[in-house]
Amino acid sequence: MNLLTNTVGRKILMAVTGLLLIAFITVHLIGNLSVFAGPDGINAYAKALHDLGPLVWLFRLGMVALFAIHITFGIQLYMENKAATPDPYAIQKTLVTSFSAKTMIFTGLIILAFLLYHLLHFTLQVTNPSISAANLPLDAASRLDVYSMMVLSFQKVFISLIYIVAMIALLLHLAHGISSWVQTFGWSTGPSQDKVISIGKVLAIVYGLAYIAIPLLILARIVK
Amino acid sequence: MILDGKAPTGPIETTWDKHRFDMKLVNPANKRKFKILVVGTGLAGGAAAASLGELGYNVEAFCYQDSPRRAHSIAAQGGINAAKNYPNDGDSVYRLFYDTVKGGDFRAREADVWRLAQVSNNIIDQCVAQGVPFARDYAGYLDNRSFGGAQVSRTFYARGQTGQQLLLGAYSALSRQIKNGSVKMFARREMLDLVVVDGAAKGITCRNLITGEIESYWGDAVVLATGGFVNVFYLSTNAMGCSVTAKWRATKKGAYMANPCYTQIHPTCIPQHGDKQSKLTLMSESLRNDGRVWVPKEAKDTEKHPSEIPEADRDYFLERKYPSYGNLAPRDIASRAAKEACDDGRGVGESKRGVFLDFKASIDRLGQSTIAERYGNLFDMYYKITAEDGYERPMRIYPAPHYSMGGLWVDYHCMSNIPGLFVLGEANFSVHGANRLGASALMQGLADGYFVIPYTIAPYLASITPGQVKTDHDAFKESQESVQQEISKLLAIKGKKTVGELHRALGNVMWEDVGMARSDASLNHALKRIPEIREEFWNNVNVTGGAMELNQQLENAWRLADFLEFSEMMATDALHREESCGGHFRVEHQTDDGEAMRNDEDFSYSAAWEFKGVGKAPELHKEPLKFENVKLAVRSYK
Amino acid sequence: MKLTLHVWRQKGPEDSGKLETYKADNVSPDQSFLEMLDEVNDDLVKNGGDPIAFDHDCREGICGMCSQVINGRPHGQQELTTVCQLHMREFNEGDEIFIEPWRARAFPIHKDLIVDRTALDVVMQSGGYASCHTGGVADGNTLLVSKPVADYAMDAAECIGCGACVAACPNSSAMLFTSAKVAQLAVLPQGKAEAKRRVKAMTEANNAEGFGNCSNHYECEAACPKGISVKFIAKLNREYLKSMVPSSTE
Ligand SMILES: Cc1cc2nc3c(=O)[nH]c(=O)nc-3n(C[C@H](O)[C@H](O)[C@H](O)COP(=O)(O)OP(=O)(O)OC[C@H]3O[C@@H](n4cnc5c(N)ncnc54)[C@H](O)[C@@H]3O)c2cc1C
Ligand code: HEM
Ligand code: HEM
Ligand code: SF4
Ligand code: F3S
Ligand code: FES
Repeated sequence: MNLLTNTVGRKILMAVTGLLLIAFITVHLIGNLSVFAGPDGINAYAKALHDLGPLVWLFRLGMVALFAIHITFGIQLYMENKAATPDPYAIQKTLVTSFSAKTMIFTGLIILAFLLYHLLHFTLQVTNPSISAANLPLDAASRLDVYSMMVLSFQKVFISLIYIVAMIALLLHLAHGISSWVQTFGWSTGPSQDKVISIGKVLAIVYGLAYIAIPLLILARIVK
Repeated sequence: MILDGKAPTGPIETTWDKHRFDMKLVNPANKRKFKILVVGTGLAGGAAAASLGELGYNVEAFCYQDSPRRAHSIAAQGGINAAKNYPNDGDSVYRLFYDTVKGGDFRAREADVWRLAQVSNNIIDQCVAQGVPFARDYAGYLDNRSFGGAQVSRTFYARGQTGQQLLLGAYSALSRQIKNGSVKMFARREMLDLVVVDGAAKGITCRNLITGEIESYWGDAVVLATGGFVNVFYLSTNAMGCSVTAKWRATKKGAYMANPCYTQIHPTCIPQHGDKQSKLTLMSESLRNDGRVWVPKEAKDTEKHPSEIPEADRDYFLERKYPSYGNLAPRDIASRAAKEACDDGRGVGESKRGVFLDFKASIDRLGQSTIAERYGNLFDMYYKITAEDGYERPMRIYPAPHYSMGGLWVDYHCMSNIPGLFVLGEANFSVHGANRLGASALMQGLADGYFVIPYTIAPYLASITPGQVKTDHDAFKESQESVQQEISKLLAIKGKKTVGELHRALGNVMWEDVGMARSDASLNHALKRIPEIREEFWNNVNVTGGAMELNQQLENAWRLADFLEFSEMMATDALHREESCGGHFRVEHQTDDGEAMRNDEDFSYSAAWEFKGVGKAPELHKEPLKFENVKLAVRSYK
Repeated sequence: MKLTLHVWRQKGPEDSGKLETYKADNVSPDQSFLEMLDEVNDDLVKNGGDPIAFDHDCREGICGMCSQVINGRPHGQQELTTVCQLHMREFNEGDEIFIEPWRARAFPIHKDLIVDRTALDVVMQSGGYASCHTGGVADGNTLLVSKPVADYAMDAAECIGCGACVAACPNSSAMLFTSAKVAQLAVLPQGKAEAKRRVKAMTEANNAEGFGNCSNHYECEAACPKGISVKFIAKLNREYLKSMVPSSTE
């Protein structure tokens, strides 16, 4: 189908999936921030999630599809662009593009790597079984103690670092990604272009810092 | 020999319609069998190739640039005329016809001009249909402005880029035919010879400018639309690649060159700056709609900053000399007036070859924003080149060679005296007589390409059998050899002078002696100098590089070689024409107050010259001109 | 002025090519950049050297023939200016100037600074037109086009097809060039009939010709001598989305 081969078609697929991924990390962020509300916050949230039963699997399937599409075309487009571009100029100058725009593929791949680790860590709980919710005692309300799992994990410098680095990558990825999809959907117009770009950057920073706050505050023992 | 333009007779209003009916047609089934070569893809060639391809002919098109979209038509700024009479200000096909004949100083063929005026309206419709973004008013209707010595608003325009937009329109039509396979495009090819078999044009020889390959192409007819030749002056408003080569090679194969002395010097160009300049830049003369032309009354004031010169000490010479037309006086007149002012020592700018074009009055009246809206891109262009701000201080302008009214002689069918060789656009001599009015060349190029050649080529094709001569014919081999020889000869000279230096030398002679004002003495001087420069060229030019590679020195060399032969014919024509008419001003023939004096008794004809060999006097053939509709009159703009 | 030039010299498409250094003495500030190169070439010819090959024709910023990357910037540092309109007064005594050709796989190098831009023509041939026959069209005023629409179309139509956008794009994408034509014809009534077919065909031609994909770097707009805006790329994306929606008549 044209959409899967066409240069603009694939660009739009990147944007659609990218947008849905943003939707996910938004919800995910809100959920995770409930860690600051103490065990009753996050544990309740986690339970609510798990009680969805089959829906969880439906949702997971969707997530896999999203990432699959986004990543496949992300890599494919990147390869094509490399192939289209020969050796650089003796003096390389770019005037308006940003570091984050030039590094989309790399920040993307970092996110991917993080994701795999992340699933092993929190979902499959194989990286640190000793402190995984499965092996921790249930909490007061006899729920899986996701709270303790997170706190104990992020008290480990090594784990926190992985998360923080990954979240910086996410920040950069979104710094271009958010305004980029506005243009890709054809909504940005000449003069307002700059505003769209700055708003995108601001949002990216908000997402990034909010996510980073979780491991950071725990590491700093501000949240115990 | 007396030439016959084969123009239809009878009431002028009916000539084209009646003739279209009288002409033979080519059976649709047979069209595919005919191959037509179109050399040049500007407005004329591009429109022709697209239209002929669409009709079903098998077309091959050629240009020297890397894409048909870059022909010099692209540089046209001002606009294109049509007799639509949308503004309801009294225009009509007849008036456009009348203005053009009169504007051409009664040296054009009436029937051709009528046809041009008649199809002018179809051109606008055609371009609109292609998506050419002509200027519109707020209600959405096409906008018009008055332009270059016309008293009605009949000029259509697309900002300051009318030529670009019209060419891109033709280019899009051409692209569509290329996609359909009816036109084969050969870019980066330069035509270096016309192949004539049994007196008829049967093909061309080209050099592939990338590989250096010499290539042969056969066709049942050859259409030349290769533009103008004013680069013979070295400095002109033409593109660097514009040359007389295609036309001249045809002339050497027997085609007649008509009225080569009719060249147009455009009044509103940016003055030359230093001796290192490679071309002159034109600013649309639409500037004259709101700008006032003046020089100081006293030579001593020319050093002063213009703002320090009080009104009383300014000479608005166009308004003074031509009250009814004022700053809109036709080009030849405006240019000569500027030259006289400068000859009179009252020129401005460091070279003293310039006059002021002042927008102060209009800015005070309309506000800078309106002026910017109308001419913004021209003010920017002026600033980029001169680093002066036209809003702050008056611009400086000076005339520059711009257009060639003369060109290959063609009959009413746009066919030259060589059967099968058709010539369109600026390359032919047809409709502008001795002077072209503003916004009428774009009109002619597109008229010829879209609405004339598709009809007038048919009778010829219907009279021959397709594909008789192919590239295996000896004539093609001979042609290739002669071209190869010339190239080897050029590369073998290895002299001291560069092509550029010699072109400058020729340019100086042509500008000084065969320029805006010509005299018996100056022309004879030119006829003495040209052969000398040609001598030096063939003994002392240095063309580096090889034959079988991309070699721009070589390209410039053969173009100059042709100018060096053609220029002589140009001067000869100017010398023989003992009168002043349009762009051709002989100082011997002027009224007491310095106006041009035509001599209809002896010179009411087109002069078509037959090439007789390099350095040999060409032979003159006359086509008498009859004026049955526009009464011969002294062209007065006072 | 005295300047040092580092110019890309390459015999042919196969040749690897390299930067050569030349001195340009007594350069006048009122010279155009190309006139400065003319002089360098004259000297090269005089000393039996091989002059630098570069594309140029109109020398007034409209034909789109000239194509040089000067110090890493297509058409040089002056905004909204083609190389041929760039004047030496923009440079300073003793400047080092790097001059290179457009670089993109879709633009193979013929020689020195001259590249093959046929790919741009092919993109146009794939649909950059309103298919009307010669003759037999309606009167120009039967199609009303309000001034804002006409101006929008004209803004897009000003593209001179130079290819600087491709040269500037980190992905060697020709999307700005393509979008200018798509946008012009999409807003004009004359072009609407074929809008869907056009945007599909022209974007496909982009891939086929080996141009990269647009990922919204906006370098093209910054390099464009005619100020073609990336809002036209947004417009193209929108047109593409529209073309995905089948209309009731399909
Ligand atoms: C700066 C400027 C402004 C102008 N403004 C206006 C205006 O406002 N209104 C107006 O009506 N007119 C204007 N004119 C005049 C008008 O633009 C031209 O007369 C007209 O466009 C010529 O069109 P053409 O198709 O005959 O030739 P061109 O457009 O010059 O095309 C010539 C073609 O022939 C090809 N060619 C030439 N030699 C060879 C060869 N040996 N082998 C192969 N191909 C060859 C070229 O590649 C090109 O494709 C202007 C002219 C200039 C220079
Ligand atoms: C939560 C995870 C992710 C989010 C929210 C996200 C979001 C986005 C968004 C919004 C865009 C802009 C699309 C456009 O240009 O219109 C984008 C582009 C991109 N993403 Fe992601 N992405 C994520 C993960 C990834 C991953 C894992 C990769 C791995 C390769 C990746 C690679 C890319 C690339 C290469 C682009 C540029 C596409 C282009 O514009 O040409 N992304 N992403
Ligand atoms: C500080 C940052 C983050 C924290 C603290 C965090 C926390 C968690 C936790 C606790 C879970 C397990 C929920 C459960 O199974 O009970 C989880 C699952 C998940 N997270 Fe994160 N997350 C973070 C960032 C991210 C990011 C950036 C992404 C996307 C790129 C992401 C994608 C996922 C996915 C896909 C799952 C699996 C959901 C499922 O079980 O289907 N997470 N996260
Ligand atoms: S969009 Fe600008 S840079 Fe690209 S080809 Fe057109 S004019 Fe040149
Ligand atoms: S620079 Fe390239 S990535 Fe797109 S916005 Fe311009 S084409
Ligand atoms: S030479 Fe024509 S645009 Fe530069």
